[in-house]
Formats: sequence, C-alpha cells, structure tokens
Amino acid sequence: MSPHATIRFTVNGKELEVTPPPMKRLLDVLREDLGLTGTKEGCGEGECGSCSVRMNGDLVNSCMVPVLQVSGATVETVEGLAREDEMHPLQKAFLECGGAQCGICTPGMLMAATHLLRHTPRPTMAEIREGLAGNLCRCTGFIRIFESVVAASTTENETESLQDSHAR
Amino acid sequence: MRGNPEAHELVAPGSLDAVLDLLAKEPNVWTPIAGGTELMVAHAAGRLAAPKLVSLWDIDELRFIQTSTNEVSIGAGSTFLDLRANAMIAAEFPLLARAASWIGSIANQSRATLGGNLVNGSPAADSSPALLVYEAEVEIISVRGRRRIPYCAFHTGYKKNVLAPDELLLAVHVPGRFGQHRQYLRKVGTRRAMAISKVVLAGTALVSGGTVDEIRLAAASLAPYPTRLPATESALQGKTLDDAAACTARTALLNEAKPIDDLRSTAAYRSQVAANLLDEFLSQLHGEARTK
Repeated sequence: MSPHATIRFTVNGKELEVTPPPMKRLLDVLREDLGLTGTKEGCGEGECGSCSVRMNGDLVNSCMVPVLQVSGATVETVEGLAREDEMHPLQKAFLECGGAQCGICTPGMLMAATHLLRHTPRPTMAEIREGLAGNLCRCTGFIRIFESVVAASTTENETESLQDSHAR
Repeated sequence: MRGNPEAHELVAPGSLDAVLDLLAKEPNVWTPIAGGTELMVAHAAGRLAAPKLVSLWDIDELRFIQTSTNEVSIGAGSTFLDLRANAMIAAEFPLLARAASWIGSIANQSRATLGGNLVNGSPAADSSPALLVYEAEVEIISVRGRRRIPYCAFHTGYKKNVLAPDELLLAVHVPGRFGQHRQYLRKVGTRRAMAISKVVLAGTALVSGGTVDEIRLAAASLAPYPTRLPATESALQGKTLDDAAACTARTALLNEAKPIDDLRSTAAYRSQVAANLLDEFLSQLHGEARTK
C-alpha cells in the first residue's frame, strides 16, 4: 500500500489540493476526486485522445500522467472552456457544424483544437489534421470536426474571443 | 484487469543528484519514469511490474538541447516536441526532427522523452535508426561518475541495455559531421499518425562520381533492437552505384535482417519492405549522382 501524497495544482484557474496515491492517473483524479467528468476515458493507453487536457500549456493524455507529476502544474480541462453561460467559440462551432455526435471524443477534440488554435490561430487543413491526429472519433468521419475548427478559426468576432480566452 | 495505483509507490526527488542517490542506495528497487507514455500504459492495463517508481519528469538537468561546434547534446529528458521545436535540429539533423514528428500524436510528443524511447528499447523505436546513422553517442551517469559510449553499443538484446542498476541515461550526443551526407529516413506503418512502425530504414551516405565513399544504414523492427546493417553497408562501400550493386546490397540486407512475425506485421513483409526502402534510397543516391 503506497502512502498517499498531498498534491497541489491549478485546474481551470482554481487552486486545489488532493491526496490520492501518487500513481493515480490524472484522468481519474479529475473525474473521481474533483468531479470533473467532462474528461473522458477512451482507450486508456494514449491512442485515442479522449482524455486530452492541457498541462502547463502542453496537450497531454491525462490517462498517462501520474498525478504526482502534476504537482504545481496548471491544468486546463473542457470544463474551463466556456465562460459562465457563454460557450467557447470552438464549442459553438462544433454545435453548428455537427462536430459532435455521441460526444465521447468531443472534450478531447475540443482541448486538442484549443491547443492547436492557441499556437496556430489560422491553421491550414494539414495543420488541423496533424493537430487532431491523436484524437479518434468513431461517429463523424472527422470531416465535420475539421470543418468546426475551420469555422471557429475564421469567424472574425470569434477569433477575438478565442484570443481573449487564450489569455486566461 | 485495471491497474491499482495503491499497489505502486512513486516519488519525485526533484533533482538529478537525489535520483542518482536513490538508485545507488537501493539498486534494482526503483524504476525511473519520465513522461509515462510507456509505463502508464502498462499501469492502466494492470501489468506494471514495478512496485516503486522514481519520477524523472521536471528535472531540468535532464531536459536541455545544447549545441557546440561539432555536436548537439540532447538531455535524455527532452521531449520529442522539444526536438521538433528546435530550429537547429530541424536544420542540421533533419532525420531526427522527422523521426520526432512520427512519435504518436502531439499529446504523446509533449510527454515522451528521447531517453525514454532509447531505454525502453523497443525494436520499433522511432528515434533509433536516425541516431544510428548519425553515429550518436550516449552519456550515462551514476554516483560513480559518467561514461560515454557509442549508441550502437547501448542495446544488448530485446529490451536490454548496458545500464547498470544505479545508472541513468543522461544525454545523447549527435555529431554534426553528416551535414554533407545524403540522408534518408522512411517509416512504414499502418497509417501516418499514431502507428507503431512495421519497419524503418535510415541512411546517410557520401557519393562522389557515382561511387559510394561512405554509407551508414540502420533499421528498426528488423532485429530484437534497432541496429546498424553492417553487412549491407559493406556490400555498398566503395562500389559504383549501379543495378549490380543495388542487387548485391538487397541480397545482403535480406540475409542480414532478422525480423519476426508479430501483431503489427510479418517477417516476410518486413524484409521485403526494408529491401524496397533500400532500393529507394539507392536510386535517390544514383539519381543525385547522375545529375551532378
């Protein structure tokens, strides 16, 4: 039986403290200890991207991060995208373009797309395909997801609010 | 069966010295874990045998890319995104930058480390063939000191390497002397992204007047660990690049390759594809030699 560790980190701007076993996966800490069930588990082995979150500005698969390594880190999950009742531009675009169907891949897709647009506000289709290559969807056939990202990146007003939310 | 996090201890001493002290004090007890892209998969599946793990993540002394006049030194804790983001590596060591771009997805590349790829020692390791044809060296550290060996002497068997129980891989040094060489690297997998290779072939060569002055070839998934292909190299060394040389080299490679059947491919397919990749590299060299 391993001793539990006290781990402090920031999730969606909020400082938190948890005391899980240090090898517990960040994914399970988010879902079980923090009730942030937006982040989904697909494969549990880094192949599908359903559990994608941002950690210190990097896109990571939270199923492969032992929570001890999150000490002091800043984590962003899908719950942090919307501002109160205002959806994030990517969330709006996914709704409008049919980018979400069953929804299991959607939080990971949104986080990977957020990460992409933060680095590349006007991505080419090739950049979108590479940015989302680690996220699998079994409903949409991907095209509507790619179109959603294009829509979010090309709407003038939404670009502004994208950058706005990036600054957070 | 799911892994039980309660069954494993994980500590993060936070500095290289503290990790080395721990490994020296209790050899064979602690398993190093960096970005977790290998061990956490085993953990999730309930087949992680290591009861005690020590974290190498966030140790700055392991995460650096330094250039000197004749080589680049890459800390073992550098991620593949670190490699991709480095303009000097992209310009001077294109095979390494390309290999880094193949590793899983962006989310994998932000966590997977060069050292982890080498120490894990998969026969299919993506970064290995490039390092082999660049004649990279690896630097190993323990409380007893440091040592530096050619990377081609690092692996000793399937998932086995020369590291003593108290040692860590510290850095990979890649010499800059291959700038004038023709360079080749191709991976064949099931799909472009997120696929573990069926076979990888890498090459660096100097050709003058249609003759091979120098050639280095290396492959992944043709042997229990990534290897140079010395017999195939010998078949080409000093030869005029013509159909006869390509044919001899192809035979040498097929004799030298020792691939296996597994869930990703078959031995026969791997041999055939590796030989075809060699043909492709040689015909590129031949084409370039002709147009000069």
